[in-house]
Amino acid sequence: MQIEFELNGADVGANVEARTSLADCLRDNLGKTGTHLGCEHGVCGACTVLVNGEAVRACLMLAVQANGEKVVTIEGLSGDDLSPLQASFRKHHALQCGFCTPGFITTAHALLTSEPDANEERIRDVLSGNLCRCTGYVPIVEAVLDARKFYAGQKEKA
Amino acid sequence: MRVRNSYIGQPMERTEDMRLLRGRGTYVADVNRPDQLYAVILRSSVAHGKINTIDTSRATQLPGVRHILISADLGVVVPKIPLRLQPLPQLEPFHQPMLADGKVRYVGEPIAVVLADTPSIAEDALDHIDLDIETLPAITSREQAEAMPAVLFEDHGSNSAITWKAFKGDANAAFASADYTRRETFRVQRHAAMFMEPRGFVAEWNSDAGKLTVWGAAKTAWYNRRVLAAALDLEVDAIELIEVDVGGGFGSRGEFYPEDYLIPAAAKLVGRPVKWTEDRREHMMTANHARDIECDVEIAVSRDGRFLGLRGLAWADIGAYIRTNGSVGPRNVAQYMSGPYTFENIDLKTTMLTTNKTPSGTYRGPGRFETDFIRERLIDLVAKDLKIDRVELRRRNLVADSQMPYPLASITPYDSSTELDSGDYHAVFDLCMKEFGWAEKSKLSGKLIDGYYHGLAVGSFIEGGAAGPSEDARLVLETDGSLSVYLGSSSVGQGLETIMAQIAADATELPYEKITVNHGSTSHVKNGHGAYHSRSTVMGGSAILLAAEKLKDSIREAAAARFGCAAGDVTIDGEQVACAGKTLLLAGLSDVPLEVEASFFNKKYTWAYGTQAAHIAVDPGTGHVKVIDYLSVEDVGRIINPLTLHGQAIGSIVQGLGGAFLEHLVYDENGQLLTGSFADYLMPTASDFPNIRSITLELKPCPNNPLGTKGAGEGGLIPVGGIMANAIADALSHLNVQPMELPLSPARIWQLVEDAEAIRAVA
Amino acid sequence: MKPSAFEYRSPTTLAEAVSLLQSGNGNAKVISGGQSLMPMLAFRLAVPELLVDLKHIPDLDVIRIGDDGVHLGAKVRWCDIASDRRLVRAHPLLAEAITHVAHYQIRNRGTVGGSLAHADPSAEMPGIALACDAQMMIMGSTGTRIEKASAFFTGPLQTTLEPDEILTEVHLPAWPAARRWAFEEFARRKGDFAMAGVALFYDLDSDGRAVDAHIGAIGVSDCPIRLGAAEAALNGSAIDEKTIAAVAATARSEISPPSDIHAPAAYRRALVGTLLARGLKRSVR
Repeated sequence: MQIEFELNGADVGANVEARTSLADCLRDNLGKTGTHLGCEHGVCGACTVLVNGEAVRACLMLAVQANGEKVVTIEGLSGDDLSPLQASFRKHHALQCGFCTPGFITTAHALLTSEPDANEERIRDVLSGNLCRCTGYVPIVEAVLDARKFYAGQKEKA
Repeated sequence: MRVRNSYIGQPMERTEDMRLLRGRGTYVADVNRPDQLYAVILRSSVAHGKINTIDTSRATQLPGVRHILISADLGVVVPKIPLRLQPLPQLEPFHQPMLADGKVRYVGEPIAVVLADTPSIAEDALDHIDLDIETLPAITSREQAEAMPAVLFEDHGSNSAITWKAFKGDANAAFASADYTRRETFRVQRHAAMFMEPRGFVAEWNSDAGKLTVWGAAKTAWYNRRVLAAALDLEVDAIELIEVDVGGGFGSRGEFYPEDYLIPAAAKLVGRPVKWTEDRREHMMTANHARDIECDVEIAVSRDGRFLGLRGLAWADIGAYIRTNGSVGPRNVAQYMSGPYTFENIDLKTTMLTTNKTPSGTYRGPGRFETDFIRERLIDLVAKDLKIDRVELRRRNLVADSQMPYPLASITPYDSSTELDSGDYHAVFDLCMKEFGWAEKSKLSGKLIDGYYHGLAVGSFIEGGAAGPSEDARLVLETDGSLSVYLGSSSVGQGLETIMAQIAADATELPYEKITVNHGSTSHVKNGHGAYHSRSTVMGGSAILLAAEKLKDSIREAAAARFGCAAGDVTIDGEQVACAGKTLLLAGLSDVPLEVEASFFNKKYTWAYGTQAAHIAVDPGTGHVKVIDYLSVEDVGRIINPLTLHGQAIGSIVQGLGGAFLEHLVYDENGQLLTGSFADYLMPTASDFPNIRSITLELKPCPNNPLGTKGAGEGGLIPVGGIMANAIADALSHLNVQPMELPLSPARIWQLVEDAEAIRAVA
Repeated sequence: MKPSAFEYRSPTTLAEAVSLLQSGNGNAKVISGGQSLMPMLAFRLAVPELLVDLKHIPDLDVIRIGDDGVHLGAKVRWCDIASDRRLVRAHPLLAEAITHVAHYQIRNRGTVGGSLAHADPSAEMPGIALACDAQMMIMGSTGTRIEKASAFFTGPLQTTLEPDEILTEVHLPAWPAARRWAFEEFARRKGDFAMAGVALFYDLDSDGRAVDAHIGAIGVSDCPIRLGAAEAALNGSAIDEKTIAAVAATARSEISPPSDIHAPAAYRRALVGTLLARGLKRSVR
């Protein structure tokens, strides 16, 4: 099936089987390998992307369901320099192997965009949908808390 | 005048983060080769059986299925996975064939490899393969292994593979004359490393050049290359194993598994690149399991609380085969149970039992998580019986600084002995107690507040590191003045590129920003060894130190030739060399890169050590445990990067909490793995354990390597099981609840409370 | 873990969706959020030949609150419920229960209709629907029908939905402002399926005794259940310690919970009693 959607601000198309997940379409058809597959059954969160600004597990969505939508991956949140959120992760050593990291960055970005005042409990609650085996989460939470100041003043979720 | 580099000890932000944070890492699933086929493995759904026939004809008819590899394709004899560690001849019967050979012995054992145009088509094909397997009784417990309704290895004749014996002094005499002994049975559950990136390989065979390239290497690439070469009947030099970014290992990824052979074999057979990634369900039944033991153990103590001896038997359920390092955990259970305490008399044995479950191997702190659960529980029980404060009892028996080096138990067969190297265990213990606020918090022991009973516990641990035999480093001063470091050490996410650059910068005096570290791939150095047993900083780092000295010599000679002076008169100063007032830039000093290689050899383990304390609260109605405060204090001798070390400590503690409370690989009586996804195999999440603290110290350097550092990073989890169980016993002491088995699930704690209340009711 | 192959359609009307389901002859499934269906497809526990996506069908995602209660369209998502502040007053039991559902990313996609049609015995929404005497609006090839929640759930992952039927809306009856209620569940970790959960409400008569008690339990049977004997023990009593203990004991004895790797039957049985007691205690304001 031919699908078309907006990916990281640009219009893209892909020819996929109906059974192709959005995650596999992004990785295999569109070359966006920053979205990772840790479980393919919707628990680990490594595949998190933004669909219309909302954090979503790309392994639990069919590519065909993304037709006509706006998708943003970790690549779309990254530029020549680290974003303030990414720099905060680096400063707090909030990643070791890095495999879960794109999922945490997209989730945290979605959270702070709509809730720049999120407190530690809320942050931990939201991040509980992403598994990390290396860090024990403490530095990730610290990084997200420290990044809030860069999101203050933004109102609405997209 | 430039200040000397001193990057060692600095909390440098990591170079690898620049790509990993932006999704620009390359993990093996991100590697693609032109014209590649995708592999999916047909795995046994039966725990124990004889393969009568495999009929792939229906499957090969599916459009897009290109080849299905079965054992007949692999030659007369299906190769077997050798033992990398403790390769005793009597363990050969238990080696795993790289593809099931007439028999299957665990659910998940590979039977065939389907190659297709897409992973989906390959997976579709699995249902179209007709297998005739005659099922045999499944062995899933110690009782069954011993009763033997079946044996896994008919030639061997029993399900008991080997018994390791750890000994020191004269345990029988010590027990015979001891004032007090206590004997208990403990169990630790089967769980596993469960790293986040599933395993995978991409293999490509260039028949014109006779060269095989495999992406996806990790941990022990040089050893794996030798095994692969032998299995494929190729020269070692014909194979290159490439390490890309690695999503965690924890001792499990990177050992030689069947797929390390099957994927390259498939590529060589069909002449097209083959790509394979496992899915999570597959991972749970194929990657090494760990920690499954039962232990009947006793402790002997003098009336005034001096530990005299440990004696006992452990049974390790190691699964269906002994893989590359399958003996390590069970051996460590016997050899290291004494931990950081003085025990002059030890007689501990571990028997490895084969069962129809996934084979096991090392997982962070192998054997040590188990020993510390057992030993720390015993200590608290002893304290209660002898009416000695459990903090004081530990102080009384910690190995003293003046006793270093302190011998641990020796072990046989594959004899080895080791000794604790250096450390002020008492100072660290006292610091932990003080930082934790033990005196104040202990007033809460056993108190019921808002429906929760509060409890405390403390435990000390040792952490072995820096396994030998050697590690290689190659340094290249490029013509542009930058430094390329090539290491045999492997990355599993621990920040190798940053730490080694820090060491290299200090050792060579070259600018940190101009140093790049390359790791893990077999083309980098001749004889690498890899990352295991927390060895990379000591072994790789020390190799860099040695290579740096050689490089400085080379630089001085090159400069001397240009200056026309003696090499000894040349000074190296960051980006330039100088002699008698003349200077030259390092960039362009030589027309060709200056290259040196060095090996560091080591026979002595390092021993980091520490103490942890915890405050928890238990809800007896639900069995829920809240971890209110958890503190770890560890001395590692010398800290290269406090940021990354601290990160390891916290991560390790949380893994320990997962092992203490949540994680459990469960089989039914037919050998079916019931926990086959993250819905049932529960890992810690961000909301489970928010209150973890860690302090790392540089109190007592290691005397046995030039860096003075000790392998660290595994330690955090080692005492966690014991401490959590002791804290629960402390909280519920009014009922005399005594946990003897992990995990400390809500249902188990509730049952312990029920049982205790029933006893109290009739008392 | 790739799904087996299927066709995919996303019709623009309910009638078209029903017709597509009919054409599937029992091998077609509805997909909306996909948070329950996609894992089943990945494990190949479900192997449909056709997926019918409700994505383009309008008016199924509305939360309508009126004098007759709360109407939730089938495509209403957990995040929609969480962000609709009217529900805190209009149906506090629903609002509280939904805070326990899953995780952030799932809550952005998972739907009321999906959860009810999937009918996991440990899921919160089916428990709420049953406890609150909800009515399910269903559309199929024979027209529309209304099914009471008490008849809708028939077993583990089983409902009375025919293969060609679509759940379009669930209606929760009006909620009196003075109503007493509680929701208590216990899971291994936050967001996990409950090992057991209790959703309860009752009103008070002029003597301060409970009337019209509704106690629903999840995680303790093949599907959500009402604890009828416990309700009877509660009705007509004041909510004091003695009543709470008696009601909890009755609940424990009236259920036959399953054992699984997370919780043996005896533990689940005790857990229901404990959660019910805590809920009743919390309900007293």
